[in-house]
Amino acid sequence: MSRRKIGWALPEREVTPEALYLRRREFLGLGAAGALGAAGVTTLVACDASAKGGKGAPLPDIKRGPFATDEKQTPEDDVTTYNNYYEFGTGKGDPAANAGSFRTRPWTLACEGEIKNPKVVDIDELIKWFPLEERIYRMRCVEAWSMVIPWVGFPLGELIKRLEPTSKAKYVAFTSKLDPVQMPGQQRSILDWPYVEGLRLDEALHPLAILAVGLYGHVLPNQNGAPLRLVVPWKYGFKGIKAIVKMRFVEQEPPTTWHKMAADEYGFYANVNPEVDHPRWSQAKERRIGDFLKRKTLPFNGYADQVASLYSGMDLRKWY
Amino acid sequence: MVLSPPARRAGGKTFGKLLKPAVFVASCLPLVKLAADAWGNRLTANPIAEVLNRFGFWTLTFLTITLAISPAKTLFGFTQPMRVRRMVGLFAFFYAFLHFATYLALDQAFDLGDIGADIVKRKFITIGFAAFLLLVPLALTSTDRAVKRLGFRRWKRLHRLVYAAAVLGIVHFVWRVKADHSLPILFAVIVSVLFAVRLGAWIRRPVRPRSGEPKNADGTQRSPSRETA
Repeated sequence: MSRRKIGWALPEREVTPEALYLRRREFLGLGAAGALGAAGVTTLVACDASAKGGKGAPLPDIKRGPFATDEKQTPEDDVTTYNNYYEFGTGKGDPAANAGSFRTRPWTLACEGEIKNPKVVDIDELIKWFPLEERIYRMRCVEAWSMVIPWVGFPLGELIKRLEPTSKAKYVAFTSKLDPVQMPGQQRSILDWPYVEGLRLDEALHPLAILAVGLYGHVLPNQNGAPLRLVVPWKYGFKGIKAIVKMRFVEQEPPTTWHKMAADEYGFYANVNPEVDHPRWSQAKERRIGDFLKRKTLPFNGYADQVASLYSGMDLRKWY
Repeated sequence: MVLSPPARRAGGKTFGKLLKPAVFVASCLPLVKLAADAWGNRLTANPIAEVLNRFGFWTLTFLTITLAISPAKTLFGFTQPMRVRRMVGLFAFFYAFLHFATYLALDQAFDLGDIGADIVKRKFITIGFAAFLLLVPLALTSTDRAVKRLGFRRWKRLHRLVYAAAVLGIVHFVWRVKADHSLPILFAVIVSVLFAVRLGAWIRRPVRPRSGEPKNADGTQRSPSRETA
């Protein structure tokens, strides 16, 4: 648990990966090019800041989106240092320690399957398609803790409408980045890599569901899923797939990582439900990060008014 | 420098004198680090879970160390650690108690209904609770007086409960973890090796000749129930 430290020794995480070191001059070039275009500068600053574990660049023109909770927001330090992101290690602090040098540019999102115009979109292009909104959501982890997080992003439904799903599109399957060199957690087969998730199309079209690119008004830190992650606040946190590279529209329910790992513990739907316990622990209560006493968990994480109708007639014990 | 025999003895004496206090101080270090981390706000965003996990880890670590002491003697002839085995065992209980107390007081805030339901319904909590209960009589009978009162043989038999407690504790850890089982498996492997050494020692235990008992074919004598560690 405690590792002996030598005063002058840098922790491994601070060592610039060789591949990155060898590419350092490209960054200089990028910087010069960036001086010509603000987007380039933003990108570079974002990389630089996240490498130091600090904040990303501020995101401009964020409008206040709907559904904001007025609950006390979880401090940014907590949101960015307490993460489940096994691609960067299974400890809660591992992602913050190991994701700093993760390269989020260039980055593309492949949109394919049952849509009119399959395409590969550059992340900076994608972000320009939609006005950015701040969405202050509760986030309930399946491990019975929760946070309140001011995300910045755009509605997933807006992107889906633009992609024009065909009548055969019933589900959206998301795939995360597979890069064991940059994501050291993927060198161990703890989960079946790459991480995959999915939503039913009507869930994905729900206005609560967003793709986030920022946090607290800044570019999303790498440990929180940069450059693009899913946020579905009425579902357990593990549905919020990070570092998305692919969205595929399909007819059948797609496989999802935790369900593959332990089907009796993690369902496809994974809606927050205080009445359906995880086989190994109760989901009736949760500890809001920063609180001492646990609070009661609300059905659909408090978003029942908005989303319960999606599941009318379904036995939520069976479809957990 | 070559020490003359008396000097070496004196050195041995100092070592002997320092062993217990040194082990005591070392065994307190996880607590000191916890206090320092709490003071420096380094217990993660979810300090209660962190404290719970740390105490659980140290309980299993100290249990594993107590279980390693007799194999260390069997394999390498180290006898000095035997002198601190009781202390290390009591530290295992100490951290188990802190682990359980953290669960009761900080995690559950003494919500007895929830705690009862947890112990009955959640098998990983049931088994962890059982492991803790098994350690209680061992801690209570750790005094010299208790050994005398029970008689060494009975005392020793009672204290074999530590094997069950270690196994249950490790299963508790395995069942608690979501996906990364590397640490609980490491404990399981180490404890299995320690059990194997004990088993080996038991199988190859020296036989004590007793007069009047029938001899085996090879001329050795069989002795009933030898003491094993």
